[in-house]
Amino acid sequence: MRAYTPKDNVQKKSYYTDRFWVAPQVAKFDVSQDTVFTADLDAIKAKFDVLDAYIQVDQMVVVINANDNYAVLELLKNECEYTQLSEMSAIDWLATEGKFEIFYQMLSMAKRKRLRIKCKIDEKEAIQSVEKLFRCADWSEREMYDMFGVVVNNHPCMKRILMPEDWEGFPLRKTYPLQGDEFAAWYEVDKIFGKEAREIIGPENRDPARIDRYDTKRFSRLGHEVPFGTDISQGEPDTPLVYQEQEGVFMVDKFDAQKSVVISDRHR
Amino acid sequence: MQQANRLRPFFENITFDRVDNEMILNFGPQHPSSHGQLRLMLHMQQEQITKAHPDIGYLHRGMEKMAENMIYNEFMPTTDRMDYIASSSNNYGFALAVEKLIGLEVPRRAKVIRMLLLEVNRLMSHLFWLATTALDIGAMTVFLYAFREREYLMDLVEDYCGARLTHAAIRIGGVPLDLPDNFMTDLRKFLDKLPENIKDYEDLLDKNRVWLMRMENVGVISKEMALSWGCSGVMLRASGVEWDIRKEEPYELYDEVEFNVPDSDKGDNYARYKLYMAEMRESAKILYQVADMYEGTSPELMAHAPQYISAPKLEIMTQNYALMQHFVLVTQGMRPPVGEVYIPTESPKGELGFYINSQGGPYPYRLKLRAPSFWHTGILTDLLPGHYIPDVVSIIGTTNIVFGEVDR
Repeated sequence: MRAYTPKDNVQKKSYYTDRFWVAPQVAKFDVSQDTVFTADLDAIKAKFDVLDAYIQVDQMVVVINANDNYAVLELLKNECEYTQLSEMSAIDWLATEGKFEIFYQMLSMAKRKRLRIKCKIDEKEAIQSVEKLFRCADWSEREMYDMFGVVVNNHPCMKRILMPEDWEGFPLRKTYPLQGDEFAAWYEVDKIFGKEAREIIGPENRDPARIDRYDTKRFSRLGHEVPFGTDISQGEPDTPLVYQEQEGVFMVDKFDAQKSVVISDRHR
Repeated sequence: MQQANRLRPFFENITFDRVDNEMILNFGPQHPSSHGQLRLMLHMQQEQITKAHPDIGYLHRGMEKMAENMIYNEFMPTTDRMDYIASSSNNYGFALAVEKLIGLEVPRRAKVIRMLLLEVNRLMSHLFWLATTALDIGAMTVFLYAFREREYLMDLVEDYCGARLTHAAIRIGGVPLDLPDNFMTDLRKFLDKLPENIKDYEDLLDKNRVWLMRMENVGVISKEMALSWGCSGVMLRASGVEWDIRKEEPYELYDEVEFNVPDSDKGDNYARYKLYMAEMRESAKILYQVADMYEGTSPELMAHAPQYISAPKLEIMTQNYALMQHFVLVTQGMRPPVGEVYIPTESPKGELGFYINSQGGPYPYRLKLRAPSFWHTGILTDLLPGHYIPDVVSIIGTTNIVFGEVDR
C-alpha cells in the first residue's frame, strides 16, 4: 500500500519519531513578572480585547483580534513608546486551523523592550495595513502578500515584491512544495516560448541554462563562429583564433620559472 | 533586418515621453554601482528624480522555505549566503536564536572566539563597504588600500575555519574549532597597524573636495524617517538615534568590553561615512580586549547538552552512548522545544533578527529572517526623490545594502 502523504502540508517531515516522545515547551511566564510589560498590557487591555498574553524568552507576546491590529499598533506607537516595527510576517496554520497567524515584532528603544503582537485571520480574510504608522510595513506587507497570499487592505501598492509579478502560487504556504509546482517548473518556457512549446521542449530540456550547440541564433562556439543563422547541423567550418599579440603576450614573455621566488609569509 | 557583427544603438533602458518631459530611467539590475541585483525605476525631470521604485527579488533563493525543510544544523551554511560580506555574523545570529530557544549556555572560550569572529567580520564588512563606496564615487586608491587590509582579515579567518567568504564558522552551541597558534599574533599585528590604515583612508577622503560634494548634505534621513522605515545600525545612528544592540541588549561578552557607540544627528552620507570609520576603531578596541580574555579560559568549545548537541569528537570515538546520540542528531536532527523566539543581533549592516517558530520537530515550522538591508533598500523609495542621478550612486553606497540579504 502506498504511504499516505498529507496534501495540506508537503514540507519535510521527520521520518521517525519515538512513540513516547513528548515535545518540551519553551517556558511561558506571567506578564505580571515584569512591571514595564504589565503597564503596556494594561494600556492595551483598557481599550481592546486581549485573547492571550505571556512572556516568552524575555519578550511579551500579546494575542489580539485581527481587526484591532491598526488601533493596537497606533496605541503602542503613540502612547507606549514602541517606535519601531522591527519585523512582521505571517505563519501558515491552514493545515491545522485554516488560519494565518500574523505577527508584528515591536521595539521600544526608550524602554529597551521588545514585544510581539499576534492575531489570526481566515484564509480569504484581509488585514488592515499599518503602513500609515510604520513605513517599513509597506515592504513587509508586500512580502507577506507575495509569500502567503494574505491580502492587505489600504496598502498603497499591493504587488508582489520578491517573486515575478506574473507568478502563480504563494511560495511559503505549506501546500507549496520546496521544489516548486508545475507552474514554477515551466515558468521560463511558458514565458519565452509559450505554453505550446512545453511538448516540443519536453521536461528533460526545460533547464534554462541548457545550451544547444546547433543554435547559431543565440550561441556560438569559440573558434567556430559562423554567420548568423547558418545551419550547422552538418558540422561547422573552423575559424582559427587569431590573437593581436602574434609573438605572445609581451608581459609574460620573460617569465622564468627557475628565477621566481616563493614567499614564505603570505601576509606580507 | 538584423546584421551579424554589427552594433546598433539600442535604447532598451530609456523611455521618452514627449508630453510631460518625464523620463523613466531603468537603473540596474546589472549596474556595477547598485551593489548587487538592485533595479531602480527612476522617474526623472531632467536630472532630478521625482519618483523611485526599487525593484528587488533578482537574488531570491527562498531561504525561509529552505529552512522549513532542513534540520537546524543543516541550515547553518545557508545563512552564510545572506550577508556574504560578513557571513559569520549571520551564522551567529542563527546560532544564538536556536540557543535561546533551547536555553543553552555556551562555554566561555567559544564566546571569546565568537566575539573575535564577529568583530573581525565587522571590520571586513566595513572595509569592503569603504572600498566599494569609494570606488563608486571614483576614489580608486582607497579601494585598493581597503581591499589590502580586508585580504589580511580574510586570511585570518581562513586560518581559523578554512573558508574566506562563506565561513560557517559557528555552530549551534559553540564553535567547532579552537584558534590556530598564530591567530592572536597575526590579529594583534593587524590591529597595531589598523589605526595607520584608517588614517590613510581618512587623509584621502575626509577633506577631498569631490568626496565632500558627493557626500555632504546628500541623502539626508531624518530621525522620524529612519525609525519609521525600520532602519538599524549605522543608518539609524547617523540620524540621531543612539541605538546599538551590542550596547543596549548585550549578548555574548559585549557587556564585559569597553567601547563607544559613535552617533551623529546629521543623517547624511558623510555622517554615515564618519560612523563607519569610527566603528572600525571601536571594533579594533573590542578585539584587543577580547584577545586578552582568551588566555585562561577552559578549553571547552561546545555546550554540554546531549539532547541537542553532539558530544566532543573524542567521546564520540570512544563512548558508545555518545556515538548513538551523535548518530541520531546527525540523521534526524535536534528537536528544540515548542515555542517561538525572536533574537536580534547587531550585524555590520544593522539589526539582524531571526524569528523561529518551533513545533517540537526537527525542522523549524517557520523561520523569518529579519535582514536590515531589506528596509535600507525600501527607504530608497522615499529618500531618492529630489536627488540627482549621481547622488543615487552615493546614497546606495552609504546604505550598505547587500542583496544576498535583501532577497534572501
